[in-house]
Amino acid sequence: MIRGLARALAILLLLAGACAPSRAVAAPVDEKTVHDVAAQLRCVVCQSLSVADSPSETASQMRGIIRERLAAGESPEQVRAYFVEKYGEWILLAPPKSGFNLLVWVVPFAGIGLGLVLVAIILRRWSRAAPASAPSVMDPALRERIRRELSELDKP
Amino acid sequence: MRASWLRWAIPAAVVPVLMLLAYGFKTNPHEIPSPLLDRPAAAFTLTTFGGSPVSLESLRGKVVMLNFWASWCRPACYEEAPTLERTWREYKDKGVMVVGVDIQDRAEAAQKFLAEFGHSFPNAPDPAGRVAVDYGVYGVPETFFIDRKGRVRFKQVGALTDEIARQRLDTLLKEPW
Amino acid sequence: MIPELGYGATVAALVLALWGASAAAVSARTGRLNLLHSGERAAIGVWVLITACIALMLYAFLTFDFSVRYVAFNTNRGTPFYYRITALWGALEGSIVLWAWMLSIYTLIVVVQYRRRQPELYPWVLSVMLGILAFFLLVMTIPAPPFERLSPIPPDGRGLNPLLEDSGMITHPVALYLGFTGFTVPFAFAVAALILRRTGEEWITITRRWTIIAWYFLSLGLLIGGWWSYHVLGWGGYWAWDPVENAAFMPWLTATAFLHSVMIQERRRMLKLWNLALIFLTFGLTLFGTFLTRSGIIGSVHSFTQGSIGIFFLGFLALVLLGSFSLLASRVGRLRAEGVLDSVVSRESMFLLNNLFLVAAAFTVFFGTVFPLLSEAVRGVKISVGAPFFNLVNIPIFLALLFLMGVGPLIAWRRASAENLKRNFLKPVLAGIVVAALMRALGVGNALVLTAIALVVFVAGTIALDLFRAVRARRRSGDGWPAATLGLLLRQNRRYGGFIVHLGILVVALGVAGSQAWSVQTEVTLQKGQTVDLAGYHVRFDGLSATEESNHAKVTGAFTLSNGRRGETVLLPGRKFYPQEQTPIAAVDYRLGFLEDVYLVLGDFSRDGSQATVKLQVNRMVSWLWLGGLVLTLGAALAILPEARRPA
Repeated sequence: MIRGLARALAILLLLAGACAPSRAVAAPVDEKTVHDVAAQLRCVVCQSLSVADSPSETASQMRGIIRERLAAGESPEQVRAYFVEKYGEWILLAPPKSGFNLLVWVVPFAGIGLGLVLVAIILRRWSRAAPASAPSVMDPALRERIRRELSELDKP
Repeated sequence: MRASWLRWAIPAAVVPVLMLLAYGFKTNPHEIPSPLLDRPAAAFTLTTFGGSPVSLESLRGKVVMLNFWASWCRPACYEEAPTLERTWREYKDKGVMVVGVDIQDRAEAAQKFLAEFGHSFPNAPDPAGRVAVDYGVYGVPETFFIDRKGRVRFKQVGALTDEIARQRLDTLLKEPW
Repeated sequence: MIPELGYGATVAALVLALWGASAAAVSARTGRLNLLHSGERAAIGVWVLITACIALMLYAFLTFDFSVRYVAFNTNRGTPFYYRITALWGALEGSIVLWAWMLSIYTLIVVVQYRRRQPELYPWVLSVMLGILAFFLLVMTIPAPPFERLSPIPPDGRGLNPLLEDSGMITHPVALYLGFTGFTVPFAFAVAALILRRTGEEWITITRRWTIIAWYFLSLGLLIGGWWSYHVLGWGGYWAWDPVENAAFMPWLTATAFLHSVMIQERRRMLKLWNLALIFLTFGLTLFGTFLTRSGIIGSVHSFTQGSIGIFFLGFLALVLLGSFSLLASRVGRLRAEGVLDSVVSRESMFLLNNLFLVAAAFTVFFGTVFPLLSEAVRGVKISVGAPFFNLVNIPIFLALLFLMGVGPLIAWRRASAENLKRNFLKPVLAGIVVAALMRALGVGNALVLTAIALVVFVAGTIALDLFRAVRARRRSGDGWPAATLGLLLRQNRRYGGFIVHLGILVVALGVAGSQAWSVQTEVTLQKGQTVDLAGYHVRFDGLSATEESNHAKVTGAFTLSNGRRGETVLLPGRKFYPQEQTPIAAVDYRLGFLEDVYLVLGDFSRDGSQATVKLQVNRMVSWLWLGGLVLTLGAALAILPEARRPA
């Protein structure tokens, strides 16, 4: 109980310190969190760089704003939502995984899955073809079927 | 041969891709529509270069032309500066307020800019870029037209001209309170 | 004077190229040799004229001839001498000239090399190459003429984009274009082979060296681009999945797939259709990359200006893709596989997987790059697809490829027995697991990095094992270790050249994994004399100084770096203020090391020099990327050596 009270007091003091307009020392915000949020936002003046990476002044100011908002108690999602509210979906470096945008996340993996299936089919066909080590006379019907199946194989 | 038309699938598959790329000619990757249109303008409180405060709240009821600029922004900000002053002089008695916000700039360079164009409307620096981000500013110059109810109605990206300014302001002034 | 001369030369070259392409094609159909010779002379003429264009342009640059618009827009009187030369390819029009010039040189080489050796394929090859040259000359004539006159003649020029005043930007486009244009030759041979219904392995064997050389230059171009990004752009990274970086990466991926799948066709006569499709796709992607950079449909750090040039490129791209794939479709019947497999566990299947993953990666990059366009077309909403997406999807693919790199070269063809698997892979697998466990014990927590390290050790182990066994076998004929090794490398240079290239890729992979996982950074504002500490380094801000260069003003911050072990270094990051640029350009300073680089970017500063904001990064393992490039060079060089004659 005492421990709980002490902890609450400590947190209150910390918050009080954070709310006081101090300029000297960084607010009690994890720099890594700032970096993580900034890494998800697109720098508006550069191309393709994140706010975390960009050396531009705009990005530096945006990092400051992220820091401020996190220090004021906002969650990373809320800070992100704030930027989306001001700049539109475009500001997110990777589209949210919902709606139409799901396509971009799903299609590559679906493509790989499809590709694996195709590879499996091709490999089975290659190994089911008549053994090349037997140069003996083949049943003409079998030969015809093989020729047909091989030509299917070469279709796109 | 079974399904001999299948072989033409690949050349055919190229066509939608080409069409998508052709569509790209109609778009401009640098033009990003603002999500702030028809939404309440973000409140701000700034201190002008002259030391007086200016806030959006205090301007409720007026049509506000909020212009973001910088002294390093050549040539666009320099081109539109006379327009801003002219527009201000013409509309200040009609219930319009012009406010300039200077971003990412040095005080001396900004003062020099203001002196060169003799701006008589309030101009304030935006020290940490908070107001700029609140308005989703990508670069300078950008001008926002805010109606009497405090909603952002138009956004002008790039240098403002006299015609555009007049057109926007006249439209907003005609609206009732 | 120069604008008119240059324009005249361009038009003449265009006419010659069109004539030559037609003459060679007619000659191919009718067998009339005089037309073929006329086409050859046209090719020579085109090369002469384009060289003259380059000479004229260089002369204009060196004499500050601002009557030429291109010169006026890309240099000014303050531009240093060597940058006035490289400004030739610093902007859109000049880059097309460079491309055309390289293509004309390659065409000449094709003329010299193949007119006697490949009398049947050669006319079509010449026709295709001249046809492609004609397109680029057309671009130089209509949408992007480099020799436009500017009048009135300005007293001074605009100046080169400051980001281009750098050694990386001198070499990057050259290497990249040597790579891109290099793929024109295998493409032309593939088209020729298809037209003539010569669908065997011939076109592959002939163009093998071209493919490796083009692939190498493309790899080099990408790495130099990474180096340029790292040491100039000021963000401390080497790859941002920018659309134009992607545009150069896609053909690299499909070219790598092609490099491997042709080996299957050579050995086992399978995948004929696939290989043709791959080279068509690769060449198409090189055009797509050029289209992307120049059309303005996707904003990017590289984007040149817009204008009608995009339409020209899209049209040509459509012609090439539709034409080549239709040709392929019409000849499908002749492209049957001739070999068989006995087991799914075999080298053929590893190569198929290799191709699958490489093409999947290329598709992913392509899809991510055009998705914003698709989103806008369908939803009307602009979105971004950036690094988080590309990293997430591509990392598993690259890890899978690393694994295949180890398995592929050593697993048996047709069917790998359990014995074969055990013999070749048991020890390397164990080594990989052991080293990964060791790294884990040493504190490396990141699962991805551990996996990458395990895979790298595995692959290196397979290479080492193979090399060791082969050299040991060779020693039985009496050579010492060094002689045996050298002899082996030279004798089987293709195989071991490939292994060394794989080693180079491993080094790059380690560099990427390490730099992503272990680099740290911080950003801080320092007063004069204040210090900041990071990762054992101690950085003190000593003050600012301002200088005037020939075409810009520069403010430099002096920072003393020490870490106790190597003594002190003074780093001088700065900010360059160019009159033609709106915002200052960062001039980064760094101290490179084998395992870690210290990297400083100067940010905002106070007028009186009393304080400055600085971003300090300790980037680990980045140098391994450049070292990997070196190893790649050695491997590629070995691989293209002429085959050793028997008996060794």
